Amino acid sequence: MKDLIALIVFGIVVAALPLFVSSGFVLNIVIMTLYAALLGQAWNILGGFGGQFSFGHAVFFGTGAYAAAVLQVKFGWNAWAALPAAVALGAAVGAFVGALSFRYGLRGSYFALVTLAFAEVFRILSNTFEFTGAGVGLMIPLTESAANFQFTSRTGFLYVILGFTLAACAVTWWLKHSRYGAWLQAVRDNEESAAALGVDVFRVKLGAIMISGALMSAGGVFYVQYFHYIDPHIAYGPGISIEALLAPIVGGIGTLFGPLLGAAALHLFGELTRNLMGDAPGISLMVYGLLLVLMVTFLPRGIMGLFPGSSGMGARSTHA
Amino acid sequence: MLEVQGLSINFGGLKAVEDVSIRLQQGAIASLIGPNGAGKSTLFALISGFLKPVRGRVTFLGENITGLAPHVICRRGMVRTFQIVQPFAAQTVRENIAVGAHLHHRSRREALSRAQAVARRVGLADQLEKLASSLTIAGRKRLELARALAAEPRLLLLDEVLAGLNPQEIRDMVPVIRAIRDGNGRDGEGGDSGVTVLMIEHVMQAVMSLSEYTWVLNHGRLIAEGAPTAVSNDPQVIEAYLGRGSAERLRREAASA
Repeated sequence: MKDLIALIVFGIVVAALPLFVSSGFVLNIVIMTLYAALLGQAWNILGGFGGQFSFGHAVFFGTGAYAAAVLQVKFGWNAWAALPAAVALGAAVGAFVGALSFRYGLRGSYFALVTLAFAEVFRILSNTFEFTGAGVGLMIPLTESAANFQFTSRTGFLYVILGFTLAACAVTWWLKHSRYGAWLQAVRDNEESAAALGVDVFRVKLGAIMISGALMSAGGVFYVQYFHYIDPHIAYGPGISIEALLAPIVGGIGTLFGPLLGAAALHLFGELTRNLMGDAPGISLMVYGLLLVLMVTFLPRGIMGLFPGSSGMGARSTHA
Repeated sequence: MLEVQGLSINFGGLKAVEDVSIRLQQGAIASLIGPNGAGKSTLFALISGFLKPVRGRVTFLGENITGLAPHVICRRGMVRTFQIVQPFAAQTVRENIAVGAHLHHRSRREALSRAQAVARRVGLADQLEKLASSLTIAGRKRLELARALAAEPRLLLLDEVLAGLNPQEIRDMVPVIRAIRDGNGRDGEGGDSGVTVLMIEHVMQAVMSLSEYTWVLNHGRLIAEGAPTAVSNDPQVIEAYLGRGSAERLRREAASA
C-alpha cells in the first residue's frame, strides 16, 4: 500500500510541475525521462519480474510506432484511435514472439538472441516495404491540436506520457500484489518448482511478454506523436532495445520504482555531462559508459539496492 | 488412489524405469527405497508428468493422467517435492509458500495468511520473512515441504525430504510428516482426512517408523514390496544394497554367532 501512495504522490507532483516550470527545456527533460521510464518499466515486467531478458524490445516499440504512423498516413485514422490499435498490435507481436520462443523452451541468452533477431527482421522488413515508407521512413502530417494527439505545448505531452508511465507502474504494482505476479516471479526463480506447484509456465510467460509488448508499443506511439517521424533504424534499431533495459538495470531490476529511478538518474546524468563537457563531443558518452560499468560492478541491484529491505531480483545474485 | 501399471522409460540404452507397477491406497503412507541410481526419482518424474513414459499408464483418482503436463497433474491434487531443493531464492519464505497456496486461492491476502499457517505446521513460523536463499539445508527441506502442502494436495510425493539432515533434524521432521498424513492441524475445511503420502527415502529409520508399505527399486525394476520390516530382510533387497552374495554371508554369520 505504501508504494501505491508513493506512486500517486509522484504522479501529483509531476502533474503540478507545469504550474511552476515553464521552461520548455526542463519540461522536455521530464518528458524524455518519463518516456525512458515507460520503456524501462515495460522491459522490467518481462525481464525483472519474468526473468526473460530481452535484447530486442525494439520489436514492440517499432510495431507501436509504425502502427500509429501507418494508420494515420495511409489510412487517415485519428491518432487517438490508432493508439489502442497499436497497443493491441504490440501485444499481438508479443504473443507471436513469446509463443515461438517459449514453446521451444528458449531461456537466458538464447531468448535474448532470438528477441534481438526478431527486432532485426522487423527492421529489415520495414526498410524494404513501401507500405512502411521503406528506408525513408514515415512523417506524420503536422496538425497541432489535442484532438490529433499533437499538442501545441509540451504540457499536453507531459500529461500523456505521465499517464502512460503511471499505467505501466500500476501494472507493475499489480504484479507485486496479485496471484499472476506471484506466479510470474515463481517462474522467474525456478520454472520446475513453479510447474510442480500447478503454475502453467508457458501461459504465464506468454502473458508477461504480451503486457510488456503492449506497454512498449504505447511508448512507440508516443514517440511518433512527439517527433512526428519514424524510420526503420529508430523504430527497430538496437538503440531502443538498449534504452529499454538500461533504466531498470541502473535503477533496480524487478522493483516497482527501479525503472523510474534509473531513467531519472540516466537522464539527469546525461544532461549534466553534455553541459559540462559540451566542448569535447564524445567525452560525455565516455563518462556515461564509465558510470554504467561502475554501476553494474558495484551496485548490481541498481539504485534500489541502496535501500535495505527492497526485494528485487538482484537479491538472488548476492545471496544464492 | 494412485495406480501405476507397467511404467517404463529409457534414456538411450539405459532402462531407467522398466515395467513398474504400484498401487497406493487412499490415506496410506508408503515409501519407495532402493540404491542410488535405482530410478526412484525418475519414477516420481514419470508419475508427476515431468517425464513422459515410453510405455505404461498412471491412474490417479480413477482418471488416466499419463502424459499430462506437470501443472495439470498438480491441479488434480498430486504435488511433488524435489530431491535437490529448488526454492524461489529471491523471495521470502512466506512468498515461497504463498505460490503453493495460490493454486486454490486467488486472493493474495488469503494466500499469504495460509502460507503463515502452513509454515507453523512445518516449523518455519519464525523464519517467514527470511529470504529463501538464506535458509539452512534443513530449512530449505522444510520449505520444499511447506510449499507442496500449501497447494493442498490429496497425494504428496516426497523426494528425500530427510536427506542431508542430521539425526536431531530427522527426529524433528518425522512427526511433521506423520501429522500431514493424519491430518492433524490441517487448516483446510472440516472433516479433512489428511494427505496420502508416497516418499522416496534413504533414511531407513524414517522408512521403518513412518511407512506402512514399501517398494524396492533396483536398476529400474521393482525387486520387492511389502511391510518395511519384511522387505528389509528380503535377500534380494540386501544384495541390491550390499552386493551379490552378501545375504548368504550375513545369514551364515548370524548362524555362527
